[in-house]
Amino acid sequence: MPKWFVPAAVVCGLMFAAAPILIANAPYESTMGLVQKIFYVHLPSALIFLLAAVVCGVASVRFLFGGNPRHDRIAWAAAELVVLFGIITLVTGPLWARKAWGVWWQWDVRLTASLMGWMVAVAYLLLRKYGGPGSDKLAAGLALFGMANVPFIYISVNYWRTIHPTTNVLPTLPVSMGLPVWFTFATFFLLFILLLRMRVRLEEQRARLDALYLSVDA
Amino acid sequence: MFARVVWLVLRKDLTVEVRSLEIAYTTLFFAVSCVLVFAFALVREGRAPEDGAAGILWISIAFAGTLALGRAFERERQSETLRALLLAPAARPAIYVGKLLGIVALLGACEMVLVPLVALLFQAPLFAHPVWLAIILLAGTIGFAAVGTLFAAMLVRARTRDVLLPVLLYPITVPVIIAGVRATATLLQPELDMDSIRFWLALLGCFDVVFVTLALWTFEPLMTD
Amino acid sequence: MMRRLLLAILLVGATLGVPVDTQQPEPKQQEEFVPIDQLPPQDQLPAAPLLVTAYSFVVLALFAYVISVARRLGVVQRELDRLQSDVKRPRT
Repeated sequence: MPKWFVPAAVVCGLMFAAAPILIANAPYESTMGLVQKIFYVHLPSALIFLLAAVVCGVASVRFLFGGNPRHDRIAWAAAELVVLFGIITLVTGPLWARKAWGVWWQWDVRLTASLMGWMVAVAYLLLRKYGGPGSDKLAAGLALFGMANVPFIYISVNYWRTIHPTTNVLPTLPVSMGLPVWFTFATFFLLFILLLRMRVRLEEQRARLDALYLSVDA
Repeated sequence: MFARVVWLVLRKDLTVEVRSLEIAYTTLFFAVSCVLVFAFALVREGRAPEDGAAGILWISIAFAGTLALGRAFERERQSETLRALLLAPAARPAIYVGKLLGIVALLGACEMVLVPLVALLFQAPLFAHPVWLAIILLAGTIGFAAVGTLFAAMLVRARTRDVLLPVLLYPITVPVIIAGVRATATLLQPELDMDSIRFWLALLGCFDVVFVTLALWTFEPLMTD
Repeated sequence: MMRRLLLAILLVGATLGVPVDTQQPEPKQQEEFVPIDQLPPQDQLPAAPLLVTAYSFVVLALFAYVISVARRLGVVQRELDRLQSDVKRPRT
């Protein structure tokens, strides 16, 4: 593991410890009250979900056209993080929605597109696990299509009439709410980098193991 | 040169298919049974729901399409013609477009049977605006087949290809299916809502362009060993 | 094998145990504004369980992932060490 890993992990841990204090001190939202505090984990995890999908897509393109296995490892790690942060978003969202909208789920554009994007990531992982040899390139092709979905998810809520808040909410937040949400986003982002690095290391070790097996069998 | 390769690949596929009609008959029968299963499952008091027509039509096209895609490339794999195709001095994207048009033709033939069947079983006025319906079906089929042809070609050499094709295909093509269903459902309303239909068609066109472009771009690196 | 079976049973039990109130009776149509503390109790939804579930899920999910990666890393590392020691050992 690189030198920055442990200090960064410590910082991340401290940020995670500090986050609930900031979140608890944030003012209540007028119509939704206490349940709105889910926002402080739902939004950052949704942004990291989209970011991970983009990272996976870009790494897949570079692997597809460049052939460097390092990009393939980053793509696979990013895909796992898409599934992780996607499931966090897709669970915290409905928990919030149950109180805020009265329903657990709504088939509007953003939710449907997010669910489909998540399923593409799950399909990526299934392909890597069960596809056999050559599945690294195929999965890269799949990730590319998945990445094309990301801008659609993000802007869809501005163009379709939907129950989900639009992207206008973030820039217009008061500072008392903006600070906790951006702090939590920074925490999640740091965590994303750490998890990505850890997962890439797993693939590096697996590659080292394969190379060792090949040299031994000679 | 590009168009010539496309035409040659397309003609080859159609010739092989017309000789045995294996994929055509099996896919058609599967699609018909699909529609019938939906009809039986959703029948209440002896009558099928009228609002289900659009969704059931598109689901049957999607399922039948997946089957046809799997079978079409399985045939290539079994006769080992895929390697010959890839070794030929032809641009890979042209081969892709040729295969795509073959699949679209096959699905089009299925749809020509499915649409009257769904219209009959669900009393849906699908033939009220035949031109618009044809455009919607064409746009949706191209979008579905564009992604499907790429993934089916990719998966030809993978291990668990039969189950992986639907797993990979459906999440990506869900937007196309949704747009197709909504456009068809709008067409079935008593008064024609042109704005809505134009919107869904524009969306379908957008997906078609994006998917075909991405597929053309990635077909070459994906098909190299 | 046993571990997987146990995990499956645990997951099923957990999902059955979580109270999901999807079977709520249809709420009566409100004619005018009614402040929340005057609504009948079945229309009021306590926020605390939802909030706590959300945050606990986030923590559990992140934890589970870190443990999963660490475990897989451990497996590969052990295999790597074993193989390296085999290579170093003089071959008969």
